[in-house]
Amino acid sequence: MGFDLETAAAPEGLRRVAIDPVSRVEGHGKVTILLDETNRVQQVRLHIVEFRGFEKFIEGRPYWEVPVMVQRLCGICPVSHHLAASKAMDRVLGIDAVTPTADKIRRLMHYGQVMQSHALHFFHLSSPDLLFGFDSDLNRRNIVGVARAHPDIAKKGVLLRKFGQEVIRVTAGKRVHGTGSVPGGVNKPVARADRDLLRAQADQMLEWAQDAVTLVKQLHAQNPAMYDRFGSFRSNLLSLVRTDGAMDLYDGVLRARDASGALLFDGASDQSYLDLIEEEVRPWSYMKFPHLRSLGREAGWYRVGPLARVQNCDVIPSPLAEAQRREFVAWGRGEPVHATLAYHWARMIEVLHTVEVIRDLLDDPDILAGELTTTGTRRGEGVGVIEAPRGTLIHHYRVGDDDLVTMCNLIVSTTHNNQAMNEAVRAVARQYLDGHEITEGLLNHIEVAIRAYDPCLSCATHAIGQMPLDVALVGADGTLLDRVCKSSSGELQRDLLAPLGLGA
Amino acid sequence: MRPPPLLVFGWGNASRGDDALGPLFVERLRADADPARVECLDDYQLQVEHALDLRGRTRVLFVDASRAGAAPFEATPLQPARDASFTTHAMSPQALMQVYRELHAEPPPPCTLLAIRGERFGLGEAPGAAALVNLDAALAWARRWLADAEVERGGSV
Repeated sequence: MGFDLETAAAPEGLRRVAIDPVSRVEGHGKVTILLDETNRVQQVRLHIVEFRGFEKFIEGRPYWEVPVMVQRLCGICPVSHHLAASKAMDRVLGIDAVTPTADKIRRLMHYGQVMQSHALHFFHLSSPDLLFGFDSDLNRRNIVGVARAHPDIAKKGVLLRKFGQEVIRVTAGKRVHGTGSVPGGVNKPVARADRDLLRAQADQMLEWAQDAVTLVKQLHAQNPAMYDRFGSFRSNLLSLVRTDGAMDLYDGVLRARDASGALLFDGASDQSYLDLIEEEVRPWSYMKFPHLRSLGREAGWYRVGPLARVQNCDVIPSPLAEAQRREFVAWGRGEPVHATLAYHWARMIEVLHTVEVIRDLLDDPDILAGELTTTGTRRGEGVGVIEAPRGTLIHHYRVGDDDLVTMCNLIVSTTHNNQAMNEAVRAVARQYLDGHEITEGLLNHIEVAIRAYDPCLSCATHAIGQMPLDVALVGADGTLLDRVCKSSSGELQRDLLAPLGLGA
Repeated sequence: MRPPPLLVFGWGNASRGDDALGPLFVERLRADADPARVECLDDYQLQVEHALDLRGRTRVLFVDASRAGAAPFEATPLQPARDASFTTHAMSPQALMQVYRELHAEPPPPCTLLAIRGERFGLGEAPGAAALVNLDAALAWARRWLADAEVERGGSV
């Protein structure tokens, strides 16, 4: 048995619409929609069209190189890979806990990364849709449009992101290819001058983060029916939480809830992720489909990321963000909030939390001095799990006696959300495309649903690149009926002559 | 404190074959550039916050590897422009200039794109021999460009 709208009963008789690629996400993705003769949606799939083997890139390298090398896998979330690999290599070396100084500096680095990633996504990739509407003029739906209409919002977004990047620089050592985190700890404390510089800005960042939560709440309040319904569906939720159930983005135990909020499991060691999660391969996509083993492929898929984390935890351990979490939870009236667009709201609550944590860590003297590394008795195998901006990120390595990596397995955040993103696209297709002619605005509804997850298809597919937006309509006999390309200027152009080459 | 008047900003992934040309260019130029007058920065890709790096500069040189440009390199003056890169995780330099204009309500400094021809961009590959020859030619051109820029602003070379 399959998923509704994943596979049409008789695909040979249907028209095809391909959105290729999904813009404002990283990497290559495309959506294909099969329509019958009356434009009724029969099949919807989010595809991944390219694959490159990151694991092979890592295998054979010395273990101490890995935390640096994995940053080259992705230009969007290199710090998350840097830290997940470091945590895994801690375990390889038999270290279950690094020193307080190392733990706090790594946390500072990580919360800086989450903060700047979320700021980029909300202020620059999603706010154009949210502020101007999904059907608004394409030329307005970009950051320049936001800067013109809401100059303060655009500037806050840039400066929040810059602040997060500076947190990364002072903890990782460099803007790019940081080396700050090493197997067993960190390689330097935070310089007092850098700490002072950041601390002087922290209160302003906190104020702007609060403004961001207010803005996204206002958007929900202005149109609750649309925000609650758009691309909405029920799902399980998975994330790390602290051992006491509080939110923790850097370390903890695995917890999963079902769609009603009941615990499926709790307190599970991240080292045993393979006992909990299984990855399924489907022939039409290079991105795998993870699910909880205990529930199976059809009932066991889940969501990760801000929407899951804010609702999976019992409390957010910082007062301003906790007050916002309580409001968010109340919005669900006793059930988890499952709205796709609520990802933005949850994401901004996390921005507020990360800034509170960053401020507190900057006040902590442990980041300025203390033992940087520790040692253990080598085990040869380790798992590092971290809550990356987009969700749970798993690094798993085995290292031989010659110090070389013999096995590498990565499950990245976007892969966890694969089924959920497909469900979101199908929900939107049912709501907005069924029986309608295809327009740019309608196609953007599909993209809005995917963008809510802030997918990093570069990570998920191991692909980096750019392609034009390409929409094709194919008749029942395979004849190309229409072809629309979105040019770099955003104009739509019809071109029936270009080759298709897209598999449904 | 005012930043150095000239900015050289390269980008790319050092582990993706000739995509390393941008960071390599910056690394080599940094080794012999006067930090008081030239700041050399690199990153994986351009993003909105880099608009802040343009502030206070008299001229900016962007450096990237190119699959499509002529060998050994192409140098092109840039104008701010709205393009599709606004909607991705990686912006074009023209789009970055446009963001600068909107954020600061002033035109960005004069910017030039130095596109160094590359051939191979596979993960885990080292830069190819042909790309490294192109890199040397681009560095020679850039040193002249920096000297001209210094003369233009009244400094000594």
